Amino acid sequence: MVRSFIPGTYEEALGLLDENKMILMAGGTDLMVKKRNWAGLSPLFDRDVLFISELAELKYIRKSGGFLHIGSMTTLEDILVHKQIPEILKVAVRLMASPGIRHIATIGGNIGNASPAGDSLPVLYILDAKIVIDGKGTERMVPIEEFIVGPGKTVLADREMIKEIVINDVRFDKLHYCKIGGRKSDAISKVSFAGGISYRKGRIEEFRCAFGAVAPTVVRSRSLEASMKGLGTEGIESVRNEVKHGYNELIRPIDDQRSTAVYRKKVCMNILDEFFDKAGDSK
Amino acid sequence: MTEIKFVLNGENVTIDVDPTKRLLDVLREDFGLTGVKEGCGEGECGACSVLVDNEIVSSCLMPVGNAIGKDIVTIDGFSKTERYRVIHGAYEDEGAVQCGFCIPGMVIATESLLNKNPNPTEEEIRDALSGNLCRCTGYNMIVTAVLRAAERGRGLW
Repeated sequence: MVRSFIPGTYEEALGLLDENKMILMAGGTDLMVKKRNWAGLSPLFDRDVLFISELAELKYIRKSGGFLHIGSMTTLEDILVHKQIPEILKVAVRLMASPGIRHIATIGGNIGNASPAGDSLPVLYILDAKIVIDGKGTERMVPIEEFIVGPGKTVLADREMIKEIVINDVRFDKLHYCKIGGRKSDAISKVSFAGGISYRKGRIEEFRCAFGAVAPTVVRSRSLEASMKGLGTEGIESVRNEVKHGYNELIRPIDDQRSTAVYRKKVCMNILDEFFDKAGDSK
Repeated sequence: MTEIKFVLNGENVTIDVDPTKRLLDVLREDFGLTGVKEGCGEGECGACSVLVDNEIVSSCLMPVGNAIGKDIVTIDGFSKTERYRVIHGAYEDEGAVQCGFCIPGMVIATESLLNKNPNPTEEEIRDALSGNLCRCTGYNMIVTAVLRAAERGRGLW
């Protein structure tokens, strides 16, 4: 049988992680389903388990130097009720799972799980989130798009864990968030989209957007975004088709039990059109 | 096996258990609290809802290792309270119970909502119950029952 370790402090957790190769147990809301066994039997873990969900040192939200720091074991519910969390992250989290899951599911868990359909991810991409990875004696910071490398795959090494998420506290003038799922709550996204725009003197200063669940990792293109910079209403309209074509190339959905590639692609393009309509509307 | 301590329905309990075991199984099998139901087993139906530190949690997703030191209340314990009596009466009067399998979870969701928000709107109720599936009623009677419970139980929450 695999062993379980329940450290009392963060320091102790890092020490244990340094000595053993372990599965990190955060809130458990994804992991317990993945490792599910028959009712009454222990889940099917093939490695020792390190329980980190209740480590008080990893539960915080604080602002420092224009950046927001979110401890990895902060629950989705805590994010929802905290004053300093950017509105677009709250909008996404409000549509995630259900109250019974949001009370235990953690932001670090959603990132570490690295599902292409993880709903916090498109928002974290457009907020330029950085992931602080910690191990005994090593700490490094990685942009989220480099942290997640494929479905369920991250750059996290065996002796490391996510300590916190750092986001740039950008305030967009316009926000657009959509989640397409089979049910209002507890749905795994068919498509998700997060977009934000800010203007300066009637022209676009920042244009950012990201698509979830339509490629192995979240789709965000800094070059397409850069091509929108400085445009006014007419300019936005004149590049619409070209930019849409660019995203069309990057979005590579698949058929699965939740939806089809054709549907997902079509929906992405429709959402992008809505986002362009919003961008061009100068109010 | 690890010794795990928490508060269950108001009493301190200690159990020697595999910490990866689902809280749901520990409650039903080790403590015999069969008011907690298993529906889907993957966090979609809410039948296994319990209160953890006064807030609704799907117990099929929570390993018992994460329950150390928590205050856990199941429908079995909650049913001894005055708040339960009010919710029970409202559900009964509104015809909100048919087969009954989802009801322990629905009642826990109702308590979790009213504890935070004693005077919810219909939309807030629908949001609070969004993780709980009922295949009999079509939900409207349950939503009305929660509104009724909030009215009748004024001062209790």
